[in-house]
Amino acid sequence: MNNNSMSKQTNLRRARRGQTRRTIVQGALAGGLAGLGLAGAAPFSRARAAADASKWPKDAFSQKKQADAIRVLYGKTPEPSDKVSLEAPEIAENGAVVPISVSTTLPDVTSITIVVSENPFPLAANYPIPAGTSAMVANRLKMAKTSKVIALVESGGKIFSASKEVKVTVGGCGG
Amino acid sequence: MASTIRMRAIANGETTEVQALVQHPMDSGFVKDSKGNLIPPHYIEVLEFQHAGKTVFTAFWGPAVAKDPYVKFSFKGAQKGDDLIISWVDNKGQSDSVVGKIQ
Amino acid sequence: MRRAVLLGLAMFTLAAPQILTATCHAADSINPQADFKAFRKYFTERFTNVPLNDFVNGPYSMDAGLRKQWLEIDAFPPYQFALDKGKEMFNTPFKNGKTYGDCFPNKGIGVRQDYPYFDTKSGEVITLDVALNQCREANGEKPFDYSKDDMAALTAYMAYTSRGKRFDIKIPDDPRALAAYEKGEEYFYTRRGQLNFSCASCHVQNPGGHLRTEVLAPALGIVAAMPIYRSEWGGMGTISRRFTSCNSQVRATPLKPEDELYRDVEYYLSYMSNGLPISGPGARP
Repeated sequence: MNNNSMSKQTNLRRARRGQTRRTIVQGALAGGLAGLGLAGAAPFSRARAAADASKWPKDAFSQKKQADAIRVLYGKTPEPSDKVSLEAPEIAENGAVVPISVSTTLPDVTSITIVVSENPFPLAANYPIPAGTSAMVANRLKMAKTSKVIALVESGGKIFSASKEVKVTVGGCGG
Repeated sequence: MASTIRMRAIANGETTEVQALVQHPMDSGFVKDSKGNLIPPHYIEVLEFQHAGKTVFTAFWGPAVAKDPYVKFSFKGAQKGDDLIISWVDNKGQSDSVVGKIQ
Repeated sequence: MRRAVLLGLAMFTLAAPQILTATCHAADSINPQADFKAFRKYFTERFTNVPLNDFVNGPYSMDAGLRKQWLEIDAFPPYQFALDKGKEMFNTPFKNGKTYGDCFPNKGIGVRQDYPYFDTKSGEVITLDVALNQCREANGEKPFDYSKDDMAALTAYMAYTSRGKRFDIKIPDDPRALAAYEKGEEYFYTRRGQLNFSCASCHVQNPGGHLRTEVLAPALGIVAAMPIYRSEWGGMGTISRRFTSCNSQVRATPLKPEDELYRDVEYYLSYMSNGLPISGPGARP
């Protein structure tokens, strides 16, 4: 890939999204301040790596009801399974940062999804799982209020789920 | 300006555990600023990890992912010293990417 | 989950009144060492399940559910960015070529536990934040806002290089130092604001309890975690920001950041925390 194809790709995306794309291309070693030194080392691999927003499941993320989000994303009804493990706190320390992780012992997992029923847009995160990647993900979500959290696992073409209620309280004089 | 991406990837036998943290406001669109105006939604939609030319992990995120988002996953087939390419793009078309070494 | 605010003032029957009465004595009877012993005894006897070094972790030393979330988040904390920024700032020379390190013992690395100190020249308590601004001004730079992100990042990095080092606050043999200590102590125990709370109402009487919905941190070791990243703020905040927001939360009028009285309070609280390890930058809900 060369500079031309890089800018062509960028222009294509601009056209597709109908907005200006500001690409911040810069490098730094993980956790460090090494900064620009690395940018010179492999500039073109970076253009190829650009995450592609066209694959983002917009319709599912736009749904305001949990059932609609799941239907639009998977087109199927999930069945509860004790093989889906959802780890979430009983009481969130702050709804702004709720650590939630999902794992499963189910075979042939192709995606993991987390839904927060009471959020304005219930679909929080969707993770396609390619072959070779473990059926496990941990992340941190925002929760508007006390809500059921649902973990969905796509396995062998079926959707399995586990859910848990997480209580969310709001800030005051703490810490 | 430093990278927006912090990454820790540790190879342990055949599995590599990856943790990443991205500096991003992840504005939900439901929060008001000090003047009472809604802060428009601004969040990462896609975060992608590539190893040896293959996408090993993709996160599709909505506005409910926390500020300065974090993710952890594991994949097989990488070795210590390999490159891992991380990139993100948000709903305003901003993006960043970084190449990190697996430890 | 909504519990009564500050259940039962009758709970306030242990060592705290002794500490309070100490402030009512004449200046010649101020005894920081005795205060220290009573303070330590109060917390360790009230919270027998909390290891001494764990008090610096605030509400996480008091609540298992909170602790689990904190440990998960702290494995790769969101304050990493502020810490990196602070490190970069700390190592970037001023226009005159000098650095922050030139202003501090041991080049500023691992010194957090010695602040605040009483400056016998100026007759005032000097906190780390004030020392940093003095350093900037001595080198021809403008001082930072004591409540804003730059100061938070810089102090976060300096605390980080000092993690595990134990508070070693000294009260020199100088009546002004004792007076500063006493003023700080008095401020800490004085009720104010529409809610008529003192700092101690929350952090001595009721640590581990709830004010509205949050778990309160114990005063013992509370300064060891400063500065703190608060999820509520979505960012790193200085000790000044914490003091002013505490005042606001009880509907009292905050002092100006790094006001002499706030510095005296920090002096008092840090002396009370002597021997406890620096844990900053900390994280709080």
